[in-house]
Amino acid sequence: MTVLNPLRYFQPWTMWHHQPLRSSYDAVIIGGGVHGLATAYELAKRGMRRVAVLERSYIGSGASGRNTTIIRANYRTPEGVAFYKESLRLYERLSQELDYNLLFSQQGHLTLAHTDRAVNVMVERAAVNRLLGVDSRVIDPREIHELCPELDLSAHPAYPIQAALYHPPGAVIRHDAVVWGYARAAARLGVEIHPATEVTGILADRGRVTGVRTTAGDVSAPVVVAAVAGWSSEVGRMAGVELPILTHVLQAFVTEPLKPFLHVILVSATLHIYVSQTDRGEVLIGAEIEPYTTYSQHSTIGFLEQSAHHTLELLPILAPVKVLRAWAGLCDITPDYSPIMGKTEVDGFFVDCGWGTYGFKAAPVSGVCMAELITTGKTPSLIEPFKLSRFWERRLVSELAAAAVSH
Amino acid sequence: MAFLVPCPDCGNREAAEFSYGGESNRRPAPGAAAAELARYLFFRRNVAGTQVEWWYHRDGCQRWFLARRDTRSNLIEETYWPEQRAAHRA
Repeated sequence: MTVLNPLRYFQPWTMWHHQPLRSSYDAVIIGGGVHGLATAYELAKRGMRRVAVLERSYIGSGASGRNTTIIRANYRTPEGVAFYKESLRLYERLSQELDYNLLFSQQGHLTLAHTDRAVNVMVERAAVNRLLGVDSRVIDPREIHELCPELDLSAHPAYPIQAALYHPPGAVIRHDAVVWGYARAAARLGVEIHPATEVTGILADRGRVTGVRTTAGDVSAPVVVAAVAGWSSEVGRMAGVELPILTHVLQAFVTEPLKPFLHVILVSATLHIYVSQTDRGEVLIGAEIEPYTTYSQHSTIGFLEQSAHHTLELLPILAPVKVLRAWAGLCDITPDYSPIMGKTEVDGFFVDCGWGTYGFKAAPVSGVCMAELITTGKTPSLIEPFKLSRFWERRLVSELAAAAVSH
Repeated sequence: MAFLVPCPDCGNREAAEFSYGGESNRRPAPGAAAAELARYLFFRRNVAGTQVEWWYHRDGCQRWFLARRDTRSNLIEETYWPEQRAAHRA
């Protein structure tokens, strides 16, 4: 008689194979997050065969696994709207593209306005969005109530809700699945993924990148891409490239799982929080960055107290609900709250950074644009405004009104 | 709050009592080149390690001072007044 071994079902399996690090590649990507993996996948799709993704920890261990999974395109600047609109379009069909269920849920995104000034900014954002073909409009409390009856729309809270910017295509997605989906799809096209391989130096010769130094030995490559989010300043320094980036920590927490009740993503810049309900039923609450720069990913009790208090201003029904867990992730904040993408003063060394609190929602389009830039040598028009040299030329793309806390 | 800041006036207090003033950097001289101004305005070292930075004790003595903090652990190694700067410059 055969005895069924239950452990058989828990045997390790992988969606991609691990292989030893080679001594040379056509392109090395530093950072096994969703940006690095998307770039690797798009490079392989364009015919580049010897691509390696080097990750210090495990893939998706940084911001890709710590964000609050919100995808939207209702930005304020024309440059930002065009860019995130394309990212949203790619996300809409990413499950098919990667042949992997990403639990994409286009439930709509509500940015709440608690002040006259916030209403004015939203009217402006809605106008910019509509001119560029993004579905976005300002709605009154009556319509807000229809979308989310649990919201406290009374005059009771300290900052009563006056209106909201409604963005119907706003979505959430399973962030880990996006990482795994890209990793599997890239590996199928021959990309090598090397976790637990830390880059400790960038090798260059007369202003041209020649490879990287890693904990597993030196690797030569004519193309090196840094997609390391909060660690961008340190990696940039390895290549001698200065970046206008500050690393801040952003915290989030989830409650215990509840029956699905929240069918829309809520954001409040005044209360510094954004709220959505995950597929597991947990209510996911994120905050704004802490005011000081840091590389420490510790949660703080002050954040929990304040965010929980603010959440109850919006959703008083959550009062008896317990917090399940909290975490923190590093954000690479730029002076104008727009990303930095493209070439640097070192030939062959590319950066995909400055993603602040909005990197996850830009991953697919970033992969496409970075791969196009690397394979053709020409900067795609979508990312032209985000080049590093804009800070020397003082042509900033201020996205503060739509990026800070408005996830 | 996340960590304690030893104010040179008031002693150890929660970081929430303070405003963060960013890493200390040198203001360019009048008439400096545009590139130097751009660097001063936008570019920061942002090290994962020890840096000297400005703090303001907003809910206390309301004075600005300098702190040497390890950005990886948020441990503040020392704090001092701006006029003591020369003695602390490594």
